[in-house]
Amino acid sequence: MTELLVGTKKGLFVLRGEAVDAFDVVHRAFPGDVVEYAMRDARSGRYFASVTSGFYGPRLFFADDPAGEWRQAEGPAFPDDIPDATVARIWVVEPGEEPGVLYAGTDPAALWRSEDEGETWELNRALWAVPTRPEWNPGAGGLMVHTICPWPGNPGRLAVGISAAGVWLTDDRGETWRTGYAGLDPKYVPEEARADTHALCIHKMKRAPLRPERIFMQFHGGVYRSDDGGATWADIEAGLPSGFGFPLVVDPADPDSAYVIPLVADVDRVPPDGRLRVFETRDAGATWVARGDGLPQGNAYLVVLRQAFDDDGGSPLGLYFGATSGDVFGSADGGATWFTAASRLAPVTSVRVSL
Amino acid sequence: MVVVTLRAPLRDLAGGHRDVHVEGGTVSEALRALERRHPPIAGWILDEHGRLRSHVNVFVNGDRAGDDAVVAAGDVLHVLPSISGGTR
Repeated sequence: MTELLVGTKKGLFVLRGEAVDAFDVVHRAFPGDVVEYAMRDARSGRYFASVTSGFYGPRLFFADDPAGEWRQAEGPAFPDDIPDATVARIWVVEPGEEPGVLYAGTDPAALWRSEDEGETWELNRALWAVPTRPEWNPGAGGLMVHTICPWPGNPGRLAVGISAAGVWLTDDRGETWRTGYAGLDPKYVPEEARADTHALCIHKMKRAPLRPERIFMQFHGGVYRSDDGGATWADIEAGLPSGFGFPLVVDPADPDSAYVIPLVADVDRVPPDGRLRVFETRDAGATWVARGDGLPQGNAYLVVLRQAFDDDGGSPLGLYFGATSGDVFGSADGGATWFTAASRLAPVTSVRVSL
Repeated sequence: MVVVTLRAPLRDLAGGHRDVHVEGGTVSEALRALERRHPPIAGWILDEHGRLRSHVNVFVNGDRAGDDAVVAAGDVLHVLPSISGGTR
């Protein structure tokens, strides 16, 4: 039995099923509100849901049972000495490497840490105070921390992805930060301005847990790989129909294997030719293979957003993603074949497998 | 005291109370007092800095009011979602 947490524009859907056919929708929570992101912390079994009300703003909830009572966390919320900033959206919640520690990323671009299993949250002031922040600009989705990559076994090291302000790295639990800009080519910036720009629109990053110095990245026009913990990046777009897309999955059992879902371009954010295909590399990005067996191969003009693609960590690898069409697709064989897990839900913002 | 009148989902966060009697000389002070009385409502009407959220409307005795509007004993504050927030 696999459980999926599907965040949508109209609430959280909890799906359960066997990874071969349609899943059952066993619960809907937060009806009427946008569920930006939902996940289960495998260490504690606690569920988290980032919820944004169109009227009453954003907040983070947690629960032991997604069909039970959800409690509201204290924060993330900016402290009184930062009066000009207000949390607009909570993009991601990520378990850390220390017991009870979780991280969260928000719009405006801030990193938050909890040391009590997500009940209270504290701003990372060092990242908030980096001198270049006044030069940062938002992407279409806002100016936000949407990706947090812990380093397995080393709680001091984090890589953080910010749209549109690049990769930020720490080796000391967030006391100090440095950029990981080298090698990224923002083609949407005039060539003469690229060397000095902070306008690096990271769409998603994922670390290879068995080789943690390796990180794959889907960029705003480009797919990259870093083999030095995010300091420098190599272009691995060749072989893909496009360098544009949002989500990314890395096979946790194979540091050479990753999956992306290309879209035509930033000016036409739909699958090329209306064919929904996942592209897989098994050689660290040297070559890519299209995987579309079982996915819509015509008139599929949908978007898979950055938080809406996940894996189950199994072998063979189970893969799941949701789309703005309200469909959720799954594969039980590492992407070789696909099935429809759910249809006609609301536009999907996130998909996470409950591990 | 002024009366803050709530509807769902805010009413649920205030322990199911439709009308909550609080002290305060301004709309903001009254809503802060409401948060102290019913902590689960904190952050829903006012943001973390005490500012009225942009898609929440407050009416005092039937007139729309900002968070610095003066209120007096016996005034009734209706807290309502605006008609502009549910675009997603």
